[in-house]
Amino acid sequence: MTGWTQKHLLGIEPLSVDEITLVLDTAVQMREIMDRPIKKVPTLRGRTVVNLFMEASTRTRASFEMAERILSADSLSIQAAGSSVSKGESLLDTVKNLEAMTPDVIVVRHSSAGAANFLARTCNSRIVNAGDGAHEHPTQALLDAFTLRQAKGRIAGLKVAIVGDVLHSRVARSNIHLLTKMGADVTLCAPPTLLPQQFSSLATLSWKIDEAIEGADVVMMLRLQQERMTSAFISTAREYHAQYGLTLARLKKAKSDVVVLHPGPMNRGVEIASEVADSKASLILDQVTNGVAVRMAVLYLLLGGGRE
Amino acid sequence: MSPASKARAAKETLVLTGAAVTTAIASIAKAIQADQKDAAAVAIVGIQSRGVPLAARIAAALRKNTGKKVDIGSLDITLYRDDLSTVGTRPVLKATNIPFSIDARTVILVDDVLFTGRTIRAALDELVDFGRPSRIALAVLIDRGHRELPIQADYIGNTVKTTRADMVDVRLSEIDGKDEVVLVKR
Repeated sequence: MTGWTQKHLLGIEPLSVDEITLVLDTAVQMREIMDRPIKKVPTLRGRTVVNLFMEASTRTRASFEMAERILSADSLSIQAAGSSVSKGESLLDTVKNLEAMTPDVIVVRHSSAGAANFLARTCNSRIVNAGDGAHEHPTQALLDAFTLRQAKGRIAGLKVAIVGDVLHSRVARSNIHLLTKMGADVTLCAPPTLLPQQFSSLATLSWKIDEAIEGADVVMMLRLQQERMTSAFISTAREYHAQYGLTLARLKKAKSDVVVLHPGPMNRGVEIASEVADSKASLILDQVTNGVAVRMAVLYLLLGGGRE
Repeated sequence: MSPASKARAAKETLVLTGAAVTTAIASIAKAIQADQKDAAAVAIVGIQSRGVPLAARIAAALRKNTGKKVDIGSLDITLYRDDLSTVGTRPVLKATNIPFSIDARTVILVDDVLFTGRTIRAALDELVDFGRPSRIALAVLIDRGHRELPIQADYIGNTVKTTRADMVDVRLSEIDGKDEVVLVKR
């Protein structure tokens, strides 16, 4: 195993199988810390992390903050609302000013695809992409992979159906790259308006959910991102649920030990029925717990070694 | 043998044979037993990597001699190292697993080589985050001197005279395929 050499974590696409495996293996040891009586290690003492969230987030921001605290880093979180972004300051100016306060790493979420790559090119700090538009959300794919390894013991050979709004989903993009690199067999399923053809070389594409989840080991549901929909991609949420919603009856087509993932936030009764979200097959809350461990692993690998 | 590996082999001196390693572990177990009348109160925690198999062997000897079960744990001290900001690459983490309470117990920390004492400092800091043992003791297979911190071992297999630049290489069958300890002159 070669060590970690990346300065930033911008996406899954540029990572090698070894690097992905290193993050997942490191996260296993980080997960153990969360079960200790004292959930804190001194590893990142004196290091500063800025969490810059230019777009709404509950889980991801809380998860990064928790990871930073457990590793003893100093952190501060800035949200677009209430910051000078609302006065019209540009992303670059905001980051340049934050950088002048000498943080070691900046975790950034932004509504524009490529925002994290842009900052990595123009700034000196280490950048962690916490979701950029419909591009990538690497820590989400890593925590999904961690959760699958925990539940299934492997990723290679798993039959995974990713169902929902693939077009607008950075979670889907990061997961398609991760799962296919690691040897899973991926099927993407969405209405024709929400299923881009660009992934046809990596995954099987399907417009029918019953067909997509047939024999699946894993069903990964995606949120219908109505806030990003600029035109009529679906008729109604009710119609969408009837055609693409995951119900217990539909889930019976998958393997009997199927597990269900959802990156949150869920639209209960739209892409996923409550009976599925709250069923034994659902690993949705495990994903949240594991997210902290995976983000600890990423911060450790980016910052745990020498200063540049 | 390549010229390079021949040159390397020439600088190695055997310090302990496999049989001597076994004897040293047995004597550590005997000494622990003599100190600890209540074997059930003792927990053995090995420091990654080679402290872990050593801990298992000491625990097995105690179990054999006393007929009582001894709790075994493992500790990876990487996240508590004081030189993390200066080492170049991020060390790969190994398992920390202490699946029992250490409160009010005697914990025997086990490592292969005691050198600067910095690993043990990190291990002590980490261990007390798991609870409050009534006593922590230290057992090492080799004490090679050159301490940088006021730390000493309670149970020592062998003491080896070294210069600061030397390396003491402990090899254990569980990890390295055979038991031996060699001194590498540099």
